[in-house]
Amino acid sequence: MTEQPITMLKRKSALLSHHEREDIDSWLKRYPEDKKQSALLAALRAVMHEDHYLSREKMDAVADYLGLPEIAVYEVASFYSMYEMDAKAAAKYSISVCTNVSCMLCGSDGILEHIEGKLGIKLGEATPDGKFFLKVEEECLAACSSAPMMQVNHVYHTHLTPEKVDEILDGLE
Amino acid sequence: MAEEFVTIEINDQPIQARKGAMLIEVADDNGITIPRFCYHKKLSVAANCRMCLVEMEKSWKAIPACATPVNAGMKFWTRSEKARNAQKAIMEFLLINHPLDCPICDQGGECELQDVSVGYGSNKSQYAEIKRVVLDKDIGPLIETEMTRCIQCTRCVRFGDEIAGMREMGGVGRGDRLEIGTYIEKSLKSELSGNVIDLCPVGALTAKPSRYKARAWEMQSHDSIAPHDCVGSNLHVHTFQKEVVRAVPRDNEAINECWISDRDRFSYQGIRSADRITKPQIKRDGHWYDATWQQALDATAEILRAADPVRTGALANATSTLEELYLFQRLMRGLNIRNIDHRLRQTDFSDQDAAPICPSLGMPIEQLEQQNAVFLVGSNARQEQPLLNHRLRKAALKGAQVMALNPRAFDFNYDVAQQAVAPAEMLQALQAIANDPDNGVMAALQQAEHATVLLGNVATQHPDFAALRAVAYTIAQQTGATFGYLAESANSVGAWVTGVVPHRLSAGRELKQPGVPVSEFLNDKTRTFVLLNTELADFANPQQAMQALSAAANVIVIAPFADETTRKYATVLLPGSTFAETSGTFCNVAGQWQSFKGAAKLPDEARPTWKILRVLGNTAGVPEFDWVATEEIVAELHLELDGVESCNNTYNADGRMQYAPTEEGRGVLHTPSSNHFQRIGDVEMYRVDPLVRRAKALQAMIPPAAVHLNPQDAANMGVAAGDALKVSQGAVVITLPAQLDAGIPVGCAGVQSGIEISSVLGAAFGTLQITKAGE
Repeated sequence: MTEQPITMLKRKSALLSHHEREDIDSWLKRYPEDKKQSALLAALRAVMHEDHYLSREKMDAVADYLGLPEIAVYEVASFYSMYEMDAKAAAKYSISVCTNVSCMLCGSDGILEHIEGKLGIKLGEATPDGKFFLKVEEECLAACSSAPMMQVNHVYHTHLTPEKVDEILDGLE
Repeated sequence: MAEEFVTIEINDQPIQARKGAMLIEVADDNGITIPRFCYHKKLSVAANCRMCLVEMEKSWKAIPACATPVNAGMKFWTRSEKARNAQKAIMEFLLINHPLDCPICDQGGECELQDVSVGYGSNKSQYAEIKRVVLDKDIGPLIETEMTRCIQCTRCVRFGDEIAGMREMGGVGRGDRLEIGTYIEKSLKSELSGNVIDLCPVGALTAKPSRYKARAWEMQSHDSIAPHDCVGSNLHVHTFQKEVVRAVPRDNEAINECWISDRDRFSYQGIRSADRITKPQIKRDGHWYDATWQQALDATAEILRAADPVRTGALANATSTLEELYLFQRLMRGLNIRNIDHRLRQTDFSDQDAAPICPSLGMPIEQLEQQNAVFLVGSNARQEQPLLNHRLRKAALKGAQVMALNPRAFDFNYDVAQQAVAPAEMLQALQAIANDPDNGVMAALQQAEHATVLLGNVATQHPDFAALRAVAYTIAQQTGATFGYLAESANSVGAWVTGVVPHRLSAGRELKQPGVPVSEFLNDKTRTFVLLNTELADFANPQQAMQALSAAANVIVIAPFADETTRKYATVLLPGSTFAETSGTFCNVAGQWQSFKGAAKLPDEARPTWKILRVLGNTAGVPEFDWVATEEIVAELHLELDGVESCNNTYNADGRMQYAPTEEGRGVLHTPSSNHFQRIGDVEMYRVDPLVRRAKALQAMIPPAAVHLNPQDAANMGVAAGDALKVSQGAVVITLPAQLDAGIPVGCAGVQSGIEISSVLGAAFGTLQITKAGE
């Protein structure tokens, strides 16, 4: 008999990349067998790292991989602002400019305006080449002593001036 | 562990309470009212609405009664100034974003938010800013959403997780943007989903089919009993201008707790369906004519008197009431007609003499949750008896081992060790289990303190039913497990008790001259049929039934409905009643007889079915046919049953356990050449009986018809999901899309019974020929 692959019954978790699985597995090891939900935040982070946003398919994949109801994944993903659920936010670099009180007093509005002008996008938009996304940041990023500041992916940049911003953004590949 | 009781004080009154019980439970038990939204006795404690704040001694702030365990000496005040201020403040917070649309809200008048607001809130609000608006979600044809009204108590979310066993709703977003919903637009799929309508304390989730039909205070409530599965869930049927506009659960801890299945909740929609018969009708020369009752009854009596009893068959649906069934068989037997049956989906009758007087669960319904090991034989309990499945789920969550042997892997909402084998191999597989005491199933049943073997509807409808029953019974005997049935219909038990079987009279009394079972008279030799609430989709083999009924000279239909198909073969239509329009009784699987009264008005000239049968008996001249109330019929049956133990499941086969499959079973169940498949024809849950088949909203819940194939078979045939397949059974060919399902055994095809397209097919567990369309 010829080999015919049974491809029609793929599991939803099949969408997860090898790297994502490795990452999730390393977190799963830290928790008891029956408490896989504990690895949910890390699993979503792993997906964010690869895709820069959480597609519904990938969230469902995570749910399947961890044995959770899909809605439990949507709840967590929509709760934390570090996750993006919109494909428009899927840029290589996600920029968050803090505009909370301390930063505002130190000129963060000017910094934001500068970035908007430089990249030609508004808050909540991504550059057409998918390189930069300017995130709407609602809360203080806890770097008041070094205001104004911005966060690019995981990295904090403090004591910003327009020149420093140019240097940072131009230095990114 | 013995429970410890302590004395606490509520509102300066000393009260005995179980140590550790939540204050709100203690207060409820003692008739002290504490307002609440998120707390529900059947759900976990969330303590997120804060409405139940009360004052506690030595506590500076008010504490939530739902999340405060009591201990000796604690003192609480539920109506002190501090408590009242806290309650008033919370009420004001809860109303900040709540719209003032009570006049157009279906919940208005029976709304917990309204009631509590009036009782505990303030008459003005300090909030003058903009209220938030939440977009509505479409969560299916059963439940209407108005999510701006939601106060985020999360009862519906917890219900999905804890009771329905499938979490479909959740809280999406954060803080003041939190919304309850499904995130992606989808229909709730749970068979118990409608219960969130009752749980929702506001008008966010309301019943879609009854939306805007009537205001709560305009409706009249009538106690009733659900007419579909063998649970006999207690209902309140609500009527407006004497028509049923909705059905809601009536608490009965021993039966349905405070839940009902969606089937029981929404099936009332079928009552006034378009093919309701409203006048007696007689067919002459292929045309239907309206008749007076007198004419129709005379004509019917004439047909019955003239009919050759041996060539007459009487079939009743087991969703009929006890009274209808009793009169039906009395009428037939009074006319010497002996071929009487209700087992429309059953095909193997070889052990009918050994059967108990009536099928029984073997224990009270509540006790299902005390079981430590359960073995289901041929059962899709979740669809067949949603609320018995709920009890089994509770047992499973407490650690019970639930095992099943089925012809396909059915979907359960808890862990089930399920073995799925082809219908033809079920008996062999069951024997293998019985013959091996070290087998996992046998060991689990043996070791469990409380164990049960339950025979489901698929087993009853299986061509090897007798042998399956014998082996299952042996397994129960050998392991000390209770043997029980999950009966098919609301009144399967009643149909047995009243003697709507060919070989027994009511109360299980033997017959000197028995008739033959339905399989033997459902053919063209029978010239006259009498059908009580029975139609084509109720039969195990609709093809065979259609042939027999079409060939008959006379088919008398006593039923509330007649569709086009019925009108083809019927010759007399006598318009009867549904469960909501007659007094009657249903016997549930635990042997509880539950009587109910008529709630709604019958349309036009339709009459309560039991009265039709009564008068028909008089017209036909059957002696001693003079009951004037349904209560008399029940009382008579009780007298007949005096001393007879009707809930005894002893399988009386004189010690001779016949394991061999019957000739009939063997004829149907074999796997011949390629492109032949064994059909797995379990019944779709919203197509089990005439009433539910006419309930519009439930019909919209049925997944699209498909042939379910094992992926391996599909791959061999070069078939992908969605491909059109030609399915033939007998002379009929239909086209259905393929669906791949690893839970279908190789060589089998799942094509459900009861659904519209399968009404032209043959045996539910017969052979199908399947080829790719266009080949």
